[in-house]
Amino acid sequence: MRSLKVLSLFVILSMILVACGGTGSTGGAKELKVAILAPLSGPVPTFGVSTRDGALLAIEEWNAKGGVNGYTIVPIVEDSQCTPEPAVNAMNKVVDQDGVKFVIGEVCSKATIPISEIGTEKKVVVISGTSTAEAVTVDANGNTKPYTFRACFIDAFQGLVGAKFATEKLGAKTAFIMLDQANDYVKGLAEEFEKNFTAMGGTVVGKESYTAKDTDFSTILAKIAEAKPDVVYLPDYYNIVNLVTKQAKEKGITSAFLGGDGWDSADLDVVAAAGGYFTNHYSPDDPRPEVVNFLAAYGAKYKNDDGTAKVPDALATLAYDAANMLFTAMTTAGTVEDVDKVKTALEGIKINAVSGAITLDAKHNPVKAAAILAVTAEGVKFEASIAP
Amino acid sequence: MQQVSTPSQTTLPLVKPHTRLAWVGQLFFIVLGLAVVYILGKNLISNPTLFANIFISGLQLGFVYAMIALGYTMVYGIVKLINFAHGDVFMVGAFVSFFAVTRFNLHQWPLAVFPSIPPMVGVVIGSISVIILSMLICIMLAVTIERVAYKPLRDAPRIAALITAIGVSFFLEYFGALNFVFSPRFIPYERPFEVVAWYIKGGIHQVVPGTQPPDGSITFSNILLIIMLASVLVQIFLQFLVKRTKIGVAMRAASYDKQAARLMGIDVDSVISFTFAIGAAFAGLGGVLYAIAYSSIWSQLGILPGLKAFVAAVLGGIGSIPGAFVGALIMGQAESMTMGYISTPMRDAVAFTILIIVLLIRPTGIFGEPEKEKA
Repeated sequence: MRSLKVLSLFVILSMILVACGGTGSTGGAKELKVAILAPLSGPVPTFGVSTRDGALLAIEEWNAKGGVNGYTIVPIVEDSQCTPEPAVNAMNKVVDQDGVKFVIGEVCSKATIPISEIGTEKKVVVISGTSTAEAVTVDANGNTKPYTFRACFIDAFQGLVGAKFATEKLGAKTAFIMLDQANDYVKGLAEEFEKNFTAMGGTVVGKESYTAKDTDFSTILAKIAEAKPDVVYLPDYYNIVNLVTKQAKEKGITSAFLGGDGWDSADLDVVAAAGGYFTNHYSPDDPRPEVVNFLAAYGAKYKNDDGTAKVPDALATLAYDAANMLFTAMTTAGTVEDVDKVKTALEGIKINAVSGAITLDAKHNPVKAAAILAVTAEGVKFEASIAP
Repeated sequence: MQQVSTPSQTTLPLVKPHTRLAWVGQLFFIVLGLAVVYILGKNLISNPTLFANIFISGLQLGFVYAMIALGYTMVYGIVKLINFAHGDVFMVGAFVSFFAVTRFNLHQWPLAVFPSIPPMVGVVIGSISVIILSMLICIMLAVTIERVAYKPLRDAPRIAALITAIGVSFFLEYFGALNFVFSPRFIPYERPFEVVAWYIKGGIHQVVPGTQPPDGSITFSNILLIIMLASVLVQIFLQFLVKRTKIGVAMRAASYDKQAARLMGIDVDSVISFTFAIGAAFAGLGGVLYAIAYSSIWSQLGILPGLKAFVAAVLGGIGSIPGAFVGALIMGQAESMTMGYISTPMRDAVAFTILIIVLLIRPTGIFGEPEKEKA
């Protein structure tokens, strides 16, 4: 028993020492601690693994270049489970015990919101790769949270990009909107699409809602066949898209269907949805050098079970971008210790990230290009990159 | 709710229904009816082709509901049980056909075994085999449910069997949602045959995929025709079965008075099992056709069609076979017209409002006779 006590005392002492060390340690190799909070267990473990891998790749690359401002980056990975309580515990642990001042994560908005509140309170920068809810960077009074940022665009932004793609690339004059009123994500995209499509000179010739459990869309499709719109905006998840596009094809409807990243699934029925387009955060087929280099580096570091190179998904990409935003801002600010200077540098950031060139608006939301993907019977292909 | 627990007392003794629904209520329903007629008439005149297309999609729904409603009404007619698991038997029928098609390619067996027959005949025989397999498995499932869950409660208060039926329904829905059963996801349904659509505009033309039919054309598909045909055949078959066969006589006898039927030498238990089997067979048929028509299935597929078919059975007069058929067609139109002229999310609300109105105005339904409460 005594040995156990001694051991635990030793552990606690070493923890205190490490905590005191923190970013301020100047002796020997200078270390910058960065926490990665990702849901490695819980409902969406694949999201967590992708996020961790993307962020770790960015850290490895910066360290290979000699670190940030001469500091070697030391990642601390914690499992935040996509759930508020474990996320808060992990956040408190890395901030209070490890002395971390910069956090990359979480994935899920419901977990990122509470950790961003701790960040505001304790002056810790939090950058989420993929939390899309508006409340992540804005508090209940509508004020921007000073230390919270993200690398992804918010949901409604896809509606804007969709409208722009429809008017500019497809030359659409008329649109028909289908939406599930009970789904905030769908509603947000549809409203933003309607607003922008109308502002760009288009006409919304019809708007019909349905519910998530519907399987029969024949009456709505009869109205679409009457209205003959240039595009049908359907920003729902792939299961609804499969049904609607299949039934539309059978009715001989030729209007192009347009959607958001809810279409991004291996289960999308590409034969039914062929001829449609959707907006997404990024496409691995995008020919920009940032994407090509990232794909090569990611594939070299991470392998599938059968030994083939892994293709990064949107989560890995956005976590990688979030890490790069942070380290670029530190380089610009010339410090890794002054949180306020890094925060100011982040607000003015300009970076050619993998998911597109990023600048931030007043609410710390990225203003950047979205990828437009075309659905063909053979699969989903990169179509265009649309800047707002 | 206390009245419910004593089976002999089935009506609220406080107010007579007719005095409750005095002239204010009747006026309300008359105004409501006129409003519905006005809205439909106005839309029919302003855009007859849209009206026709909406009517056709209502027909398709109505004929599917008819196949399910028959099972509700027959079982109710004989054992006075609202078999809420019926909608889930319908779901199982859809899944059986899905596995038969995607896993076992059952729809292709005629062409695989006899390569020389015309492809069209092969597809028809193959599709019919898929439907028959689904119907057989639904029959086995329903008879098992009846033996395990309902038969032991035959002499218990009716409410006990009703609660058991809800329990069985939940069991099928959530057991089906397990990953190793049907999984909780929406599954794209692979059809045993291709959908062909036609449009009517100065004659009947086939819809060419990728080209839109001209303005003002009315479209329909082979699925609609198959569903209508199947539903009408089922109806005729049932009329024949109930009116002209020995088992039909036994079913009617058991529905009048089980004790007396038993004394007359009728094996009431097997008659009841037979009734469940027939209802399940038609639910299975409906499930396959529904899945083919709407092309996506999941483990809770049966809930809403099941409930709406139940409303249809009540509307037509529960216990009456022609009533279930007519009620189902009305329900299909009510739903389709709501989707067309009010809004899609309102359709379930309208469907269940119809249930409430029927129960208020004419609880025995269109074809039902005023029920004599047995002691």
